[in-house]
Amino acid sequence: MKRSSVWAWITIIVGAAYFFLPLIATLEFSLRMRRGEYSLDAYRIVFGDERFQATFGYSVMIAIFTIILGVLIVVPTAYWIRLRMPWIRPVVEFITLLPLIIPAIVIVFGYIRMYGSNSPLPFLGSARGTDLLLTIGYATLALPYMYRAVDTGLRTIDVRTLTEAAQILGAGWTTIIARIILPNVLIAVLSGAFLTFAIVIGEFTMASLLNRPAFGPYLQNIGANRAYEPAALAVIAFAITWGCMSVIQVLSRFAPKSANRPN
Amino acid sequence: MSNLTASADVIKVAQPKARSRRLPTHWLGVAPFFIFALMFLILPTLYLVVGAFQNNAGEWTLENIANLFQPSILAAYWVSIRISLASAVLGALVGLAIAIAIVRGGLPGWVRSATLTFSGVASNFAGVPLAFAFLATLGRLGLVTVLLREVGVNIYALGFNILSFWGLTLTYLFFQIPLMVVIITPAIDGLKKEWGEAAATLGATTTQYWRMVVIPVLWPSLLGTVILLFANAFGAIATAYALTGSSLNIVPILLYAQIRGDVLHNPHLGYALAFGMIVVTGLANVFYIWFRTRSERWLK
Amino acid sequence: MAEPFLSIQGVKKSFGPTTVVQDFNLDVGSGEFVSFLGPSGCGKTTVLRMVAGFEEPSAGSIHIGGRDITRLKPNQRNVGMVFQAYALFPNLTVAQNVAFGLKVAGVSKADSDRRVAEMLDLIKLPQFGDRYPYQLSGGQQQRVALARALAPKPKVLLLDEPLSALDAKVRVSLRDEIRSIQRELGITTIFVTHDQEEALSISDRIVVMYGGKAEQVGTPFEIYNRPQTRFVANFVGTLNLLEGTVTDASTGAVQVEAQDITLPHKLNGAQTGEAVSLALRPEAITLGPRPENDAVLRGEIAEVHFLGSVIRVRVGVGRSVVSLDTFNNSATPPPTVGQKIEISFSSNDLLVLH
Repeated sequence: MKRSSVWAWITIIVGAAYFFLPLIATLEFSLRMRRGEYSLDAYRIVFGDERFQATFGYSVMIAIFTIILGVLIVVPTAYWIRLRMPWIRPVVEFITLLPLIIPAIVIVFGYIRMYGSNSPLPFLGSARGTDLLLTIGYATLALPYMYRAVDTGLRTIDVRTLTEAAQILGAGWTTIIARIILPNVLIAVLSGAFLTFAIVIGEFTMASLLNRPAFGPYLQNIGANRAYEPAALAVIAFAITWGCMSVIQVLSRFAPKSANRPN
Repeated sequence: MSNLTASADVIKVAQPKARSRRLPTHWLGVAPFFIFALMFLILPTLYLVVGAFQNNAGEWTLENIANLFQPSILAAYWVSIRISLASAVLGALVGLAIAIAIVRGGLPGWVRSATLTFSGVASNFAGVPLAFAFLATLGRLGLVTVLLREVGVNIYALGFNILSFWGLTLTYLFFQIPLMVVIITPAIDGLKKEWGEAAATLGATTTQYWRMVVIPVLWPSLLGTVILLFANAFGAIATAYALTGSSLNIVPILLYAQIRGDVLHNPHLGYALAFGMIVVTGLANVFYIWFRTRSERWLK
Repeated sequence: MAEPFLSIQGVKKSFGPTTVVQDFNLDVGSGEFVSFLGPSGCGKTTVLRMVAGFEEPSAGSIHIGGRDITRLKPNQRNVGMVFQAYALFPNLTVAQNVAFGLKVAGVSKADSDRRVAEMLDLIKLPQFGDRYPYQLSGGQQQRVALARALAPKPKVLLLDEPLSALDAKVRVSLRDEIRSIQRELGITTIFVTHDQEEALSISDRIVVMYGGKAEQVGTPFEIYNRPQTRFVANFVGTLNLLEGTVTDASTGAVQVEAQDITLPHKLNGAQTGEAVSLALRPEAITLGPRPENDAVLRGEIAEVHFLGSVIRVRVGVGRSVVSLDTFNNSATPPPTVGQKIEISFSSNDLLVLH
């Protein structure tokens, strides 16, 4: 074995230890609820808790609406920029990167001040309105990931030729986007969707500050009041994240590998 | 609609030809995006920025900014910056080492794909559950703490605390390192094997090759990633809040408390606090852009 | 050869169970230009990389200027190398790239600047010192890579398919430029290529490699006109192969496509009744009989390709087709398809392969 691969192995093994220890410890801790033996009691309690079911269900709903909103905003924009307005691409890219620079807590703070019940747009005046604002906030947080995924997907197909071919055959804009572009970037959109899901499902800051009964604040609440259930919830959350990422990886195998593009 | 034509006028200076007679429909395609970004990203932020320079009576003032410089708030910024910087720099260094190991270390192929897959997961495993995981590991009853105590090492007696600066930094590294691996691996893939061989035939040692070629080539992406990791940690609140409650004095937690209960007894000081956060992450990015344009000369 | 400058003795290389180079021997004289020619996977690049020090031979030794360098690290060997993909350092200017080897050797700034200017003059890019690699064309980048390799005055220059990434026109002009610079500096050079035309035009000697072995070593003239194996004959230049049967080994009578020809002293030990292949270059065959040609075959014109100075004619002989080249002569129009003709050649130009 070469010297370089010795230190490479050491790096990987030390890194693996750092990453696996917390996971093992959490799993072990989550099984320790019953004194003196391992049991799934913590999981039973968590799954049986109706607040778990309610908040988790709520967050899944919000995540789904976030994904729909994100797709509606990002796909037509990214498509239109590739097709007609490539010169404003730097501006759009910069805007999509802003949520990585402006902390979520600042954005939601702005919402609270701008869209209060006395403002011209009183999102916060009703529960439905607040749900909508939370969905919008999540769509903003997911913007960098969604845009990148869709834009990468569009890059592998020849948007212009596909569009022109469809137009010659008499297709209108809705047909083109729904029947031609969307199916071709579906894999990319789905990747972005699952990443969005992973980010949104346990999000704490926005949901907590908007006082919505989401999964993130529930997690925090359990953490402050219970001993073993948080570990079980952490294991569940890790499994959800892992699931989303695995789906993305499986999807990437079906992605079109750069069709014959002129440039 | 007035909104759209106004922005179209800005563009016509740059692109007189493409504009021509298609002007209105042209901009309709991107209008939803710009309206969305304006309403839910830019204006709310601007609202706070403007508020930071006003007092309760709506008059312009620098008092809120000046008030940021009181010891307790300064301390919060200072702790936040230190934790973000430490976790960003350490995360970048360790992430870089791992990325180099999987790209250049001559390891079997499955190590690379397994590491990348795991990094994708771990970089998104943040927030409240991450805090739970580290409490179960390094909390007072955590597995590692207990095991170490059994072999005679009491880390809490030695001054370690999961609720401290280093505890939080160690926790943040759980998503910082994998994020670095995910971002920097393609950059290392871009280093050509022939560069190293060319340097060797020209008589360069490995150290000289790294100093004169590898580090300068990687530097822009390295620095860019460090900035991203910094912003990532600087804005993070869920992990810290779940880990420490409000006992650790960092800016996002202070701002969280301010939004919930006006603990600073001055709403406009809250705006200034938020403005300060944007300034810190913004400055980091300005520094990065400045650096990048400097090295841009050899970047295509 | 008086005293070999670069000497490769009994070198072998195996990667695990697969042997990629077996018992390779070569002596290169000082200032000589030697090409390694062969298809991909023949081991030519591996031999070059062993000379550079990137691969360690499983057996054998390599000497440069009488010094054993077999176990030296690449950065202690003082060889220059040019790669197929240029491999210029993207973060350094042209001048900094050329100065790289001087800088790591600790040459003073003034000496280094002088040498860099000299090198840029040599490659005819004196104005390009401040440019970055991405601002240059492929051909320019490869010239800079050559200057960078030559700047520290290496003992041996190694060129690993340096022209393969370039387009056809640049390839030819850079090929000639490399050769003239090499002559000017008198530097011992090894050039790896899979392009036979390149190897023939540029080299003092060619090593044709196949399956990890040197099939034949010789001047371009020898390699082309006197190929010693079927592989060399096939790989270098265009070759006509006619299948025949020896009817009488004592007289040299061979039957080809139901026609008899006699090839005295050319049979290479083939026995009566044995099947043989007759290999012939297109330019060795003439249309119609000639006094100096001792073998004649009848055939019919199948195709005529007008290539400018040369006309390539394909002649059907029985079921075989033979290509031959005739010079364009404005006084005589080319033959027409379907015409019955005779072709002739000298048995001296023919190679009998078993």
